[in-house]
Amino acid sequence: MPIHLEIVTAERVVLSDDVDLISAPTRAGRVGILPRHAPLLTILEPGELGIVKDGVRTPFAVSGGFMEVLPTRVTILADTVERADEIDEARAEAARKLAEERKQMAQSERDAAIAEAKLRKELVRLQVARLKNVGRRQ
Amino acid sequence: MASSREIKRRIRSVKNVAQITRAMEMVAASKMRRAQRNVLATRPYADRMRDLIGDLNARVVGQARRGTFLEVRPDTGRVALIVVTPDRGLAGSLTSNVLRRVGRFILEQNQQGRTVDTYAYGKKGRDFLARSGQNLQAEAIKLGDAPKLEQILGVATAALSRAQAGEYSEVYLIYSEFINTLVQRPTLKKLVPVEAPEDSGGRQVDFTYEPDQAEVLDELLPRYVETQIYQAILESIASFYSAQMVAMRNATRNAKDLVRDLTLSYNKARQAAITKEVSEISSGAAALAEM
Repeated sequence: MPIHLEIVTAERVVLSDDVDLISAPTRAGRVGILPRHAPLLTILEPGELGIVKDGVRTPFAVSGGFMEVLPTRVTILADTVERADEIDEARAEAARKLAEERKQMAQSERDAAIAEAKLRKELVRLQVARLKNVGRRQ
Repeated sequence: MASSREIKRRIRSVKNVAQITRAMEMVAASKMRRAQRNVLATRPYADRMRDLIGDLNARVVGQARRGTFLEVRPDTGRVALIVVTPDRGLAGSLTSNVLRRVGRFILEQNQQGRTVDTYAYGKKGRDFLARSGQNLQAEAIKLGDAPKLEQILGVATAALSRAQAGEYSEVYLIYSEFINTLVQRPTLKKLVPVEAPEDSGGRQVDFTYEPDQAEVLDELLPRYVETQIYQAILESIASFYSAQMVAMRNATRNAKDLVRDLTLSYNKARQAAITKEVSEISSGAAALAEM
C-alpha cells in the first residue's frame, strides 16, 4: 500500500505521486513516513527531503514549510522545493557566497538573521545538489 | 465645417491611436492568460492550507488560542488595512472601484472611532493613500506580473507583526477579485482574526503536533494569512490584464467608429468643395457668355 504524496508550493504543484517512503527534515528531527502513519502535523526545516519509490531515492531540497500526514496521504506545503537534479550547483555556490557576504555585512541583528536563514537554505541546496550523483544507490 | 485637410489630419491621428490600443489589447490578452494560469496554479496550496486551518479551528479551543491569530482580541481602536491595486492605469474603472471601496471602509471604521493604518501593494493604491493622508505604513510596488511568495512578504510581515504585538485588533484586505474576464469585483476580507473557511473543517482528524501545537500554530497561521495576501495579489494582476484588455478593445472600437464618422465628414467636405468650385466655374462661364 503506497502513500499518496503531494508536494505543493504557493506557486505550483511540484509533485503528486504514489511513493513508498518519505524522509523529511522536521523541526523535531528527521522523520521517516511509511504507510499507515498516525496523523501528524509538523513544521519542516531547511534540509534534504528524500522520497523512495520502487527502491529509488529521489532527493529534494526543501527550505521549510509544513507537512500534514494522514494514514494514506501526505501533503507537504513547502516554502520552496527543488529536485536535486534541477539545482544548478554553480549558481547555488554563487548564491551561497552572496549570502555569506551579506551575513558579514549585516548591520542590524535582523539583517543578520535574514542572511543566516538564506545561508542555511543555500547550504542545503548545495548539499542536496551533490546528492544527485549518489542518489541512485540504495 | 472644418476644412478637409484638417479632417484628414484628425483621421490619421485617430488611426494611430487605434493602432496603439489594438496592440495594447493583444499584449494584455496574452498576459491575462498567463496571469489567470498563475491564479489557478496557486489554488492547490491555498486549498490545502484552508483545509488545515479548518481542522485547526475546530480542534484548537480555549486557552490554546491565546496570542495566536485565531484569538478574537479586544478592540484597540486601531485596525490595519492592506490595499492591493495594479501599478498602472488604462484598465477602465478597475482601480477606482477598488479605491472607492477603500474610502468607504476607512470612513466606516472612523465612524466607529477606529483609526486605520494602511499598507499598499501596487503603485495606484500607494499614490492614493499617500495623497489622501491615510497613515501609509509600508508599500511594495512594481512586483511584476508573476511575483514569488517571498517577494511579497515584507509588507505583510510589517502589518502582521504589529497585529501579533497586539497593536491592531483586526487586519483587513481589499483587492480586486478575479471572477472572469469581464467581471472583477472589489472585495473586502478580514485576515485577522483568522476565521474558519466555510467549506472545510469537517474531517475531524486528531493530529499529533510536532514539536507542539502552539509552535505549529505560530508558524502556520501567519503563513496562512500571507498565502491569502499572495492569492489576492495574483488575482489583482489577473483582474488588471482582463480589465485592460476589455478597456483597450472598447477604445479600439471607439476609434474605428470615430474614423468612420470623420471619413464621412471628409467626403462631405470634399464634395461640397467640388460643388462650390463647379458652380463658380459655371457661373463665371455664364457671366462671360452674357457679355
